[in-house]
Amino acid sequence: MAKQVILSEFIIERDDKKCIICEVCVRMCSNSVHSCETNSDVVLSDNKKCFGCHFCEALCPTSAITIKYNPSEYKPNANWGTQIMKDITKQAETGGMLLTGMGCDKSYPIYWDHILLNAAQVTNPAIDPLREPMELRTYIGKKADKIELNYSKGKVKLKTILSPQLKVEIPVLFSGMSYGSISLNACKSLARAAFKIGTFYNTGEGGLHKDFYKYGANTIVQLASGRFGVQPEYLSVGAAIEIKIGQGAKPGIGGHLPGEKVSEKISETRMIPAGTDALSPAPHHDVYSIEDLSQLIFSLKEATRYKKPVGVKISAVHNVAPIASGIVRAGADYIAIDGLRGGTGVRLRL
Amino acid sequence: MNRYQGKDISGCAITGIMDKSGKRFSGKTIIDSIAIMHERSNGLGGGFAAYGIYPDFSDYYAFHLIYDLEKAKDITEDYLKKNFLIKKSEPIPIHKIKEIKSPFCLWRYFLKPKSEKIIFMSEEDFIVKCVMYINVQIEGVFVASSGKNMGIFKGVGYPEDIGVFFRLEEYKGYLWTAHGRFPTNSVAWWGGAHPFGLIDWSLVHNGEISSYGINKRFLANYGYICSFFTDTEAIIYLFDLLVRKHKLTYEIVADILSAPFWEDIDRKSEKKGEILKTLRIIYASALLNGPFSIIAANTNFMVALNDRVKLRPLVASTFKDKLYIASEESAIREVCNTPDKVWKPKAGEPVIGRLKE
Repeated sequence: MAKQVILSEFIIERDDKKCIICEVCVRMCSNSVHSCETNSDVVLSDNKKCFGCHFCEALCPTSAITIKYNPSEYKPNANWGTQIMKDITKQAETGGMLLTGMGCDKSYPIYWDHILLNAAQVTNPAIDPLREPMELRTYIGKKADKIELNYSKGKVKLKTILSPQLKVEIPVLFSGMSYGSISLNACKSLARAAFKIGTFYNTGEGGLHKDFYKYGANTIVQLASGRFGVQPEYLSVGAAIEIKIGQGAKPGIGGHLPGEKVSEKISETRMIPAGTDALSPAPHHDVYSIEDLSQLIFSLKEATRYKKPVGVKISAVHNVAPIASGIVRAGADYIAIDGLRGGTGVRLRL
Repeated sequence: MNRYQGKDISGCAITGIMDKSGKRFSGKTIIDSIAIMHERSNGLGGGFAAYGIYPDFSDYYAFHLIYDLEKAKDITEDYLKKNFLIKKSEPIPIHKIKEIKSPFCLWRYFLKPKSEKIIFMSEEDFIVKCVMYINVQIEGVFVASSGKNMGIFKGVGYPEDIGVFFRLEEYKGYLWTAHGRFPTNSVAWWGGAHPFGLIDWSLVHNGEISSYGINKRFLANYGYICSFFTDTEAIIYLFDLLVRKHKLTYEIVADILSAPFWEDIDRKSEKKGEILKTLRIIYASALLNGPFSIIAANTNFMVALNDRVKLRPLVASTFKDKLYIASEESAIREVCNTPDKVWKPKAGEPVIGRLKE
């Protein structure tokens, strides 16, 4: 039996009247979609190779190219929709896992998007919000249940010593996005923004490029199952250390950076050979229980002399509350709960 | 447990008078003081807290109960019998007046916890537990007050009428606080009137706490269940937690409830700044936001406090051993025309009156 054809996702429309055969599309397409024989007066395009980056469309000097979604339809079926049919075919054809970028691509509800923060009428009757002051500074870290004070001769002395805290001037923290999944410039802009507004950006699991050590006070360094770029200086340069146990977009699954993306600089930062796939295992191979996690938390605290908060990132999955509670009792200073939209790089398709 | 849902938000009149020498005086004075601020309330709630009124039963916890449903009385009394020795049980004496419509049964009990009940916890903690149980678990009843040698008298009506209704001129106490209520968006009901009480604490409050939600969740961690849907209840539990359980002074409590701003803390000396910072970190969720002036009282203290920017009025005054605190100076002048000193406390600065030993 003949192999089933994978339908092209996009259709490339070229207006031959406008096309001047400058071949910019031929030269610039990274998937060799476009081709032109020597001395030919027509540029050909292979729809199957296209995955819709619109680069050619944008570069075309005469606007001759339009990229459209292929409207080809399967026989209607409530259970077996077009996307599922295509995915099954694709997976069967290639034998590989299907991936998608930028978090979960399904339209599941995001509660955060439905929260409206407006300080206009917090009291009733409404008073001028400028008269009732709002303060945003927040401290993240382990809190004592009560304060212990010493009173002597009318003076008050502090007995309670808090474990290290993260001070955020605005209670918005940047999620982990690794160098590799995003570019060096993107990392830099996150670091600078965090420094400017008094919050923290997060290295993700890709290590920290040496040029960014100067932003250390506004950096949370992450330690994921791949342990990419983890070395003593990395741990000590950040303001806090975060152990990534789960990621909302792919609970229970590790990161996946294709070798094509592992350049010299990324190789140096991640401490892996250039051009090799950076695959994070699903679990940490030294964490198979809450007891192991507790040991890892305290190993990191020992390594940094108890000067940095150690947090744990988990996915917002079923039963997340007792999981979080257990992790706090295991010694974590804070918990990051990750929703399903988080994911700059790849996740397996649902 | 109450049958009225929804958070109570109110703007009101408050006044408090304390004789620091412990000399007792009639409730008429406080009625006169609150009556002059009639305009600040709208007839939907008034109440009084009185200390030193039950000298003959000063070893017993005086429980003032307001029954909303008839069936609740038997259930509650069974519960009380199981846990307490009941020294005395009687209706709270009232004058029937046309201004106050009382469909309720108002009862007081003088109680001592059974000794086997307080083996594993302090007496006060046991009282708190019982008050929480009655308020939350039994439908149609709530505890107005539960302290020794003190009582809270409150209901729906103007405070001066409530005072007459409860025959307060016949009681003598060394510390009185009063409240006239002007609720802006909740049902007026007897449980929602002020003062609020827990053990020997009482609290009157003018204003609103926009941080109620976080305060309530914070308190739940320490076993306090907010069941009256009003922000005032949360404040009194905070006082109990911080003063009785965490043993903090009133000055420190003021630094928690009406905490200084971060920009001011940043300017303080390192030592002072570190204490204030640590207080704000540990007790971040106990911070009270929104406009308020409050008078909290217990057997030995009367303490008044404003919000962080003073968005509600508060005036204090002294005359010999007496300390007066009120929403308006008129309420003080009405009952004391030659005060030694009158001042307006600054935002977040507590006024503390302590009973002499």
